[in-house]
Amino acid sequence: MLLAIDSSAGTSVAVVDADYGVLAERTVTDGMSHAEVIGDLLRDVLAESGASVSALAAVAIGVGPGPFTGLRVGMAAGRAFAIAAGKPLLGVVSHDAIALEHYASGGWGELLVATDARRRELYWSRYSGLDEAGLPLRTSGPSVSAPDEVPASSRRIDATAVSAASLGLLAERLRRTGRATPTEPLYLRSPDVTLSSPKRVSR
Amino acid sequence: MTEAATEPLVLGIETSCDETGVGIVRGTTVLANVISSSMAEHARFGGVVPEVAARAHLEALGPTLQTALERAGVGFDDLDALAVTAGPGLSGALMVGVGAAKGLATATGLPLYGVNHLVGHVAADILHDEGVEGRDVEYPTIALLVSGGHTSLLLVRDLIDDVELLGETIDDAAGEAFDKVARLLGLPYPGGPEIDRVAREGDPTAIRFPRGLTKPSDLARHRYDFSFSGVKTAVARWVEQRADSGETVPVADVAASFREAVVDVLLGKAVAACRDLGVPRLLLGGGVVANARVREVAAHRCADAGIALRIPPLSLCTDNGAMIAAVGARLVSAGRPPSRLDFGADSSLPVTEAQVAAH
Ligand SMILES: [Zn+2]
Repeated sequence: MLLAIDSSAGTSVAVVDADYGVLAERTVTDGMSHAEVIGDLLRDVLAESGASVSALAAVAIGVGPGPFTGLRVGMAAGRAFAIAAGKPLLGVVSHDAIALEHYASGGWGELLVATDARRRELYWSRYSGLDEAGLPLRTSGPSVSAPDEVPASSRRIDATAVSAASLGLLAERLRRTGRATPTEPLYLRSPDVTLSSPKRVSR
Repeated sequence: MTEAATEPLVLGIETSCDETGVGIVRGTTVLANVISSSMAEHARFGGVVPEVAARAHLEALGPTLQTALERAGVGFDDLDALAVTAGPGLSGALMVGVGAAKGLATATGLPLYGVNHLVGHVAADILHDEGVEGRDVEYPTIALLVSGGHTSLLLVRDLIDDVELLGETIDDAAGEAFDKVARLLGLPYPGGPEIDRVAREGDPTAIRFPRGLTKPSDLARHRYDFSFSGVKTAVARWVEQRADSGETVPVADVAASFREAVVDVLLGKAVAACRDLGVPRLLLGGGVVANARVREVAAHRCADAGIALRIPPLSLCTDNGAMIAAVGARLVSAGRPPSRLDFGADSSLPVTEAQVAAH
């Protein structure tokens, strides 16, 4: 059983278990209120699932890609939660959770997942199916591009939300495979900084 | 049980600007005060870049938290409460701390207090740290808080119940002005220590730079407000004219004269507030307090005016988590309920709100 948090789009928090499935999930789709809602969502899924913090095996966080400010809120909360609870932290690529949902519900073959990157760009990842461990096979991405530069695909999901429950179920599978689960944020863009030299003030 | 053991043990998180701070206090005693600064990462930009600061906070938070717990020799089970800066500050930076604090609160069940950064600077003065004499704070006091992020003059009648904003900068923060002037003099970031260093060799009376908002017409509306964009532009113009006429720029004199103009306004207004309001106490806070000339002029003018001057140690003047924990501890001691869990980061949180989202 683990706690999963994703704030790469809206804010989603869940408690899931590899055997018993989704025990509780709460999602706020609003893309601006991450810092406000994260505390109540955490408290509510813990209460609803009946999971004690000590019973959790791990904490999983979506590492993006996603708009930075919101993404960091969930990642900071998850990292701090894991430290306080003394649990391992797993990082999951947020798009992978969307791909898992698609394949687990009967989808197959090629898939492109796209999410809003603001500034008229999209974050995208491409998949070919599930591997032998039941994990989405990402063939390219995550990347950020202008909409007309996103590769074509026979099947495409433009997602506006990432489910922490799906992310958590994926993390449960990842945990069993023992694969590396880096917990660094996927910003995909450099900080937006323009270095201007001091301007003249006198004419 | 000793008296001290009954005081609340509080962990405070500060991420409002470019310092990731985690502090642990028992009442007014500092057990740990760990700071990770992203200052070096901002150096090549000549000022704090909010996105760079926010990224650094996320990286530094876990290690800073763990180091603070180790230094204090306490675990989460020992704590009575958590406190976090809810504002004012850079919103993306604040949100990292707020997110982390809520993660800690829900994992531990500890009460969480969202607190005001500026009130934190005032609280720094009640803290006893290693080698720092404990002191009883007397209220009311005037507080002058000066950093790269804020320049505020406060009247404090009570730390958590009665802090009034007398005035603040209407454009740049004083620390920002130091950074910008350093840059146009070809000095590295952060500008404050560089200007301070270079100014030692200079004549502070060499050039008379303008003192913002000190004319009688300005004083009517902005008696306790500050403005530093005028002096910054005046320095730029003066330097350009020198350079244009092919003369060398006397960097030390410019630095000393600029510093004098800023310090003159800061202390002039602070001492005026003490006199006007009949408050014989002045407290300094914020990173600019590291400036040697600020401390010198403050000492002189306060002595002349019969004002008791208080300057916390520098480690507690710059942004830090201990001062945030101190506000939290005071709230706990006063029996205040924790903040609701749904508070956000408020980049312009008014200083009158010591605690956000109180029930
Ligand atoms: Zn500050």
